[in-house]
Parts: sequence; structure tokens; C-alpha cells
Amino acid sequence: MLKTFRIGGIHPPENKLSAGKKIEQLALPDQVVIPLSQHLGAPTQAVVAKGDKVKVGTLIAKAGGFVSANVHASVSGTVAKIDTVVDASGYRKPALFIDVEGDEWEPSIDLSEELSAHIDSISAEDILRKISENGIVGMGGATFPTHVKLTPPSGMKAEILIVNGVECEPYLTADHALMLEKGKEILIGVRLLMKSIQVNKAIIAIENNKKDAIANLELLAREYEGIEVCPLQMKYPQGGEKQLIDAVISRQVPSGALPIATGAVVQNVATAFAVYEAVMKNKPLIERVVTVTGKCLTHPSNFKVRIGTSISLLIEAAGGLPEDTGKVIGGGPMMGKALVSTSVPITKGSSGVLLISRKESQRKESTSCIRCAKCTSVCSMGLEPFLLGTLAERGMFEEMEKELVMNCIECGSCNFTCPAHRPLLDYIRLGKSKVGAIIRNRKK
Amino acid sequence: MENKLVISPSPHIHSGDSVSKNMYGVLIALIPAYLVSLLFFGMGALIVSLTSVIACVGFEYLIQKYVLHTKPSICDGSAMLTGLLLAFNLPSNLPVWMIVIGALVSIGIGKMSFGGLGNNIFNPALVGRVFLLISFPVEMTSWPEPGQLTVYLDAITAATPLTILKEGGHSLPEMQDILIGHKGGSIGEVSVIALLIGFVYLLYKKIITWHIPVTIFVTVALFSGILYGIDSVKYATPMIHLATGGLVLGAVFMATDYVTSPMSKGGMIVYGVGIGIITILIRVFGAYPGGVSFAILIMNAFTPLINMYIKPKRFGEEKK
Amino acid sequence: MNLIVIAVITLGAIGALSAVVLYFAAKKFAVFEDLRIAQIEEVLPAANCGGCGNPGCHAFAEACVKAEDFSKMYCPVGGAAVMSKVAAILGKEAKETVPMIAVVRCNGTCAHRPRTNIYDGATSCAVASALYGGDTDCSYGCLGCGDCVVACKFDAIHMNAETRLPEVVEETCTACGACVKACPKSIIELRKKGPKSRRIFVSCVNKDKGALSRKACEVSCIACGKCEKVCEFDAITIENNLAYIDYNKCRLCRKCVEVCPTGAIQELNFPSKKVENN
Repeated sequence: MLKTFRIGGIHPPENKLSAGKKIEQLALPDQVVIPLSQHLGAPTQAVVAKGDKVKVGTLIAKAGGFVSANVHASVSGTVAKIDTVVDASGYRKPALFIDVEGDEWEPSIDLSEELSAHIDSISAEDILRKISENGIVGMGGATFPTHVKLTPPSGMKAEILIVNGVECEPYLTADHALMLEKGKEILIGVRLLMKSIQVNKAIIAIENNKKDAIANLELLAREYEGIEVCPLQMKYPQGGEKQLIDAVISRQVPSGALPIATGAVVQNVATAFAVYEAVMKNKPLIERVVTVTGKCLTHPSNFKVRIGTSISLLIEAAGGLPEDTGKVIGGGPMMGKALVSTSVPITKGSSGVLLISRKESQRKESTSCIRCAKCTSVCSMGLEPFLLGTLAERGMFEEMEKELVMNCIECGSCNFTCPAHRPLLDYIRLGKSKVGAIIRNRKK
Repeated sequence: MENKLVISPSPHIHSGDSVSKNMYGVLIALIPAYLVSLLFFGMGALIVSLTSVIACVGFEYLIQKYVLHTKPSICDGSAMLTGLLLAFNLPSNLPVWMIVIGALVSIGIGKMSFGGLGNNIFNPALVGRVFLLISFPVEMTSWPEPGQLTVYLDAITAATPLTILKEGGHSLPEMQDILIGHKGGSIGEVSVIALLIGFVYLLYKKIITWHIPVTIFVTVALFSGILYGIDSVKYATPMIHLATGGLVLGAVFMATDYVTSPMSKGGMIVYGVGIGIITILIRVFGAYPGGVSFAILIMNAFTPLINMYIKPKRFGEEKK
Repeated sequence: MNLIVIAVITLGAIGALSAVVLYFAAKKFAVFEDLRIAQIEEVLPAANCGGCGNPGCHAFAEACVKAEDFSKMYCPVGGAAVMSKVAAILGKEAKETVPMIAVVRCNGTCAHRPRTNIYDGATSCAVASALYGGDTDCSYGCLGCGDCVVACKFDAIHMNAETRLPEVVEETCTACGACVKACPKSIIELRKKGPKSRRIFVSCVNKDKGALSRKACEVSCIACGKCEKVCEFDAITIENNLAYIDYNKCRLCRKCVEVCPTGAIQELNFPSKKVENN
């Protein structure tokens, strides 16, 4: 019996249309639009101005604090302007527009394809410094600055590194493709991460629908001490940090505590790969693998894309925008964000672009709750979504706090399951933000 | 931009489950029991069930349209289900006018007065049934003998196993007959086997979970077992208690009613235990021979309380 | 006969006993309350809208009795009339107040502001606003889900199905401020009702640069500054690409309305000078 997390969970149809597709390099665009904030935390400060020449890897915006991440130019060329652009958040945010000229890289970046495996001479501090300098963030979607996550709060000590290769979101295959093609690099990245938090055990967790990736990494991992591959039963939201820790080491993060309380640090496989490139090749996070998929697309694929590329180019490369597209989603269908236009740029956290037909886009009309308790049984945090949803609708935010709304990980299982099509998560999210504000006010 | 994009919060996909799918699922699960009842009670069962279903759907439509002024939602199948469940709880020789009154009480008082589907506190079909039981005790407790296929109102009545017990008689039907359904009783309760087939279907379709029915069965078996152990002459065997008096019908189809049962797994178990205990208490010590309906209604009343105090197992509560 | 006597005696006894118990319970657990609280509550509108900042009318009455500085207490619903009654009960002086009204500062009707996407989430402005900028290119304007309508306890704000904008009913609006708090975009403002309900305001809250806001909406404020220049009373300021009219300084001369190139400045309840192009 394979491991999995213990509470709730759902089995959405997988639809991994681009599984097994090789990673294709997307051609350079004419212009990239690089949002100045692509991570969770303090915004960055632009350090270049209009008209400046930049190379691939040039620092263009500096981290605005510890919980923040540098942004680098992903192309070479001239800064056209610093303006606002509607990004995945649906609001206008400051961004740097760079006109592409050639493809000239910063000389400090090692461009060779050769595997650099000598990690013994690198100290933990060096690793952290390089990760932070090169603007690495969590690439599973949360975009939390990686160096912050690798620096446990004082008094806490990491015991184990869990590498997240679960990719439980339907449709997405970017991590899967990376695990097949860049296995060695990922494993060195994992070694580097282990060294940076001083643990000697790492578990790479992969869901059982990616048997080839499991086999590949298991084979490669034999050469590395302390790295194990752990196949997991398929269940959504296994890629959630708390669920993954529970699934792999059977420890549950206590309510309100950080995951490090269980002694585990979780990093995504794509992050591990980026860490490898940052530390061993001195390459900033300027490109990533993105799945472009959808049932109506002719060529669902995995692309290696420069940050700041408009998603319309990706859709073009995957066969063009189908006529009856109703929704363009940045990310997977369960937690991704619906985008207002196809000109939104790819950022560090974009794991996929999903197109959904008009017919599937529209939600069904919601009817009154029949109290079937299905939301309660699928909630992986053991909450009562029907209750939280109603409380939020009525503005009863104090009660929501007592019902532990802040534990909600917004995985969407309740909405997915609700037979009455109630917009449970819409309201729970609203309640979360209101309760969050109440808690912050109280602390003041 | 003639082709506007749709924007909504995540998630962007849905399981495809719906209220009507669940309701029709339960209706399908009731088919085996219904077929058995047609086999044993013939025309009577047909007339009673049709009247009840038509009356329930009709009242729901009329009340939604002319009293509440909301969009009628009779297509979701919930009124049909209430109607069929009500019929299942009635004897097959009940006059039409009584059935219509029962349907009106079920839908009008049991369901609509609380605001319709999802808001009622008590199981509507049981509200109707208990109302009829109290109003027309004679008609509601004289059960036609099975096998009279062409008679309706004039059917010869026979005692149910539980009535036989209550009156101290010991000429119980054979266990085999009890299980198949060849016994006196309400339309839907008679065949334990057919009802259990329905139960398996509901579990397979994930319409209900095992918690409520199984806890009721276990509680009833244990409690009646203890009594039987104390005095095997005075009290019936657990098997008799499990197989008669609509216990299976109640446990599988009535107690599991979404709206009126608790939300958490722990709550469902408490609820099931409560129903089991109250059922046996009424059967053994109360005035009525059957207690399942009352037990379910009583526990329905406790459901909000159970929901308030018994929460699902929260993630991270268990410290290791 | 005997039965009736017994019934009367038992029921009578139970009744008497209960009465005694209730009497002592009422004495024992009585909570003293300032009598004036009840008196004040009597004159309050009993809408429990929370417009005064207290959770309901009873709390407001309590606060009035306790208040050291009575001039800070004000019931926006009851207005001056009610406050003078309250003041009379407390033997204090009610301060003069100017009647206010809620004003919706967005004129982005379907005709003025094209819809660029379809919102399909829960019908709640708060939910939509947390999700994204809205179903037009203006991320400041009205989302049209009607949180203000839900918040209003006086049925004084309604959604116009055609324009998809809320409209305030002059007669019933009490300026309690519930809609102001409910609007996640801070579009609704309480402004001076003005003589004969005449008022002038900038019906736009878009802080984008002129070109952007104009592209999103025909009647947006583009911060051209014409109104600021023409105003003789220094009532108009432009900040963050947006003009704002200070209702305390405005003399309702309407010059700004005439010069506004986009028609973002609106006048209400003035006798019509010329035929307005609506």
C-alpha cells in the first residue's frame, strides 16, 4: 500500500495531455515584460532605467528585504520602459519592458551543458548566498523566496528534506518532464539543498502516475547517499506542503505552526533544478519549464521559456488559441488563476498555461446546500467548508476564526465536490482575508 | 474583444456531481425494494406509491410557485424521493385521501415551512408518516397480508412481526420469509435483502457513507443482544430486531437523509448510536411496536447540536 | 367532578409555585440599567444599522448615557431631529449637523465602460475584488455585484440592471455609511446633501494615468486639471491622477462641470440649463 496523506482528498481526472512530451526550447520573443514582483514578500527595487542595455542574467531589480527575491533580465537588449502591466493577479503591477537584441549572456554564467557535480568544496553559506543572489523562489506556484525557507527560525532545526515531485494538479506535466530529462541535475540540487540546511536525509516524493520518473530518479539516486524516492498514492492535494509532509513522514503540522515544526523542509523539484543551476552554473532564475495544455489545443507541450515571455507566444507554439476558448488559466485547474488576457507574462511561479473551452468555463448555477457533508469529507484540513462558506457569506468572521478558517489551504476540493455547485471557496477565501486582517489588527 | 474570457476564482473544474444525481441515485437504490413490494402487495402498493409521489411533487410545485414565489425545483428529484419514501412507510391499503394529507404534511410542514430543500430539520417523509400514524392509528397499523395482488382497500390485514412480539405472541414468520419480505408491513420495509442491495448500490455510488447505517445495525444488534441475553423468553433475538419493523429501510434510506443527518463522521456515529438505542427502547419498553421513525426524528432534532459539538478530525490536531 | 377538582388544584399549585420562583429569580438576577437608556432607545430609529459606530441602537443608547463628550455622538439615521430628542433626555445640547447622503462615484455604465471579460465567481464585490481588477479595464470602478445593496438596511440603494451601477434613493438614504464600508473599491462616499439636494462631485475614482483610464472608460477623470483651474473657491484638488471636490468649499457654481472634457464631473438635481446628452 503506497503512502498518502490521511485526511480528505479527491481524485480529479488527470488529463495529463502533455505527459511524456520532451521539453522544447521556445524561440526568443521580441520583447519581454518582467514584473518587478514575482514572489511572495516585499517588492523589489528596479536598478536599471529606460534605455539601459542589459544582458541575460543582469540584475534588474534588487530584493526589497530579506523576504524578497532579486529579479534578473531574461534576455539581452534595451530597457524600453518601466510601466504597469496586468499580471496574473488581475491588477496592474509595475514591470520592466525589455526589447530583445541578440542573446548575449553575462560572462559569469557557465553556459556549458556539462554536469557540475563537485559540491564538496561549497559551504552551506555559499549555497544560501548564491540561491538568494540568483533570485530563486519556490517554483511550485507559491513563489516563496527559497533562501528564506532554507533559513529556519531560531530554535528550529530541519531534520529532513522532502522534495516535491508530486505535481498533483491535473493537466500539468512540467515537473514530470524535468524529472525525466534533468534527473542528475535535480539530484545535485537536492544534495545542495540538504547541505544548506544540514540534513543527511532527503526524500523525493512522486505520485504513482509518474512511474517513469520514479524509476529514473530511483536509479540515479543510488549514487547519492541519503536520497530516497518515495512513490505516493495519487490523491489531490498531495502537493500541498502540509499534506506532503503528512504523506511522507506521517507528521502533521500543528494548526498555526510553520511546516518546519515537523522537522521537514519541502522544496519543489523544479526549485531543486534551479538551485543546481544557480549554485553550480551561477545562473539566475531567468527561465523555467511551463506546461501549455488544454483539451482543445492541438499540441499540448512542455516549453522551456524565458521569464517575461507573453503567454500568447506559448499558446501560439502549442498550436494557437482555439476558437472556443473560454478561460485561460495560469497554473493548474484546481489552484490556478484565470487570466484576463493572453498577454500576461510568464513569471517565476508559472508552472502551466491551461486553456478551457467555453462550455467547461462557465460554472453551473448554485442551489442551496443540501448538507450532504461531501465537502467535509474531502477537506484535507479537516474543516467544514459548508459552515465556513455560510459564515463568510453572512459576514460572521469571528466565528470563522474559531472554526479554524486560517488553516484552509485553498485547494478547492470543496468547490470541486459540491453537488449544489456552491462557490464555497470563493467565500472562504474572502473570510480568510477578513480574518487575517482581524488577527493582524489584534496584534497591533 | 468579441470572445471575452471568463474569469472566476479557482478551482476551474468540477466533479460533475449534482443534487439531482444524488437524489436519482437514491431512487435507483430503492428500485429493488419497490419491485419486491409490487410482487407482494400488487395493486395496493402501486396506487399508494403513485399517489404519494404525485402528491408530493405536486405540492412542492404549487408551494414553490404560489406561496414562496421561487423557481420550482421539482426536477431535482428530492420531492419524488420524499414521495416514494413516504409511500414505503405506509400500508398498501391506505386510502388515497389519507396519503394526500400525508404528502401535504411531508412537503408543506416537513420541508417547505423551513425554507425548502436543505433547511428542514426533520426528515420530511417521516414527518408525514408520523403525522398519519398519530392521526389515523388504526389505518396506519393494520398491514395487509402479502400476496393479495388485485385488492386495494379491502385487503385482508395481518400483524407485523413486531406487533406479534408486542402482543406476546410467538407465532413469528420464518426468518427466511422475513428476509425476503413475505410478511406484513409497510410497502417498502418488508424485504431486507432488496433494501440491502440498495445499500450496496448507494455505497458503490458514494452517495452515502457506511457510518450511519452500520452504526445503527451494530447498536441495535448489541443492545437487543444484551436484552436477549438477560431474558431470552421475554425479549426477541437481535436478528428479529434487525430484520423487522423497517429498521433496514430507516437506517439505510431515512436516517442517511443528507439534510437532517450530522456532517462529521464522528457525529454520524453518535447519531447512529442514538437512533439504535432509542429504537430498541421504544420497541421494548414503549407503547408503539415500531420505533425507528420516532428514533430518527428524535435524533434529527439533535443533529444541530451534534454538528456544533462534534467536529471533524482537524489536520494537525494529533501531535506526534 | 373529583377529577376536575384535582386538575384545578394541581395546575393551580404548579402555577403558583412557578410564579414564586420566577418572582424571586427576577429579583435575584435583576440587572440594573440606567432608565435613560431605555428612554433613548425609544426615540432611536431601531434600525440597528451600526452607522453610528456602535453595534446596534441599544449600544448607542448606552454610549450616549456614558459619553463624556456628547457632541461626538451622532445617529446618522435619525439625524438632528432624533439627536435633539436624545439630548433632551440627557439634559444636554445637541450639536448642529449637516444632512449627508451616500454618493456613488463611478459612472462606468455598460455603455461608457466596455466589459472586457466575464466574471463568473460568487456574486459578491468583495470576492471579485480580491480575485482581480474587475470585468472592465478599469480596476478602480464599480464591480456591479451589489455588496452595497445587500449592506443597506433602508432599501435606499438599488442596482440599475441596465447600467449595472448602484443608484441611491435620495428620500430613503440615511447616510448611515453601511454601503461605504461594504464597497471594496471605496467608490461610495458620504457627501453633504446640499441645498435642495443639489450637489457636484467627481464621479470617478480611477487613479491610472489619463490615457489608460480614458481607454478603459469614456467618462473617467483623466486629471487634465481644467476643473482645478476654473474653480474660484479652491475646492478642487488633483492627486494621483484624480480630481476631488471638497464639498465644504464647493459653492455649486458648476463651472467645473462645464469644462470637464470627459463628463466625469456630475451635477445632481440642478434645474436643467440645456438638454443634457445622457
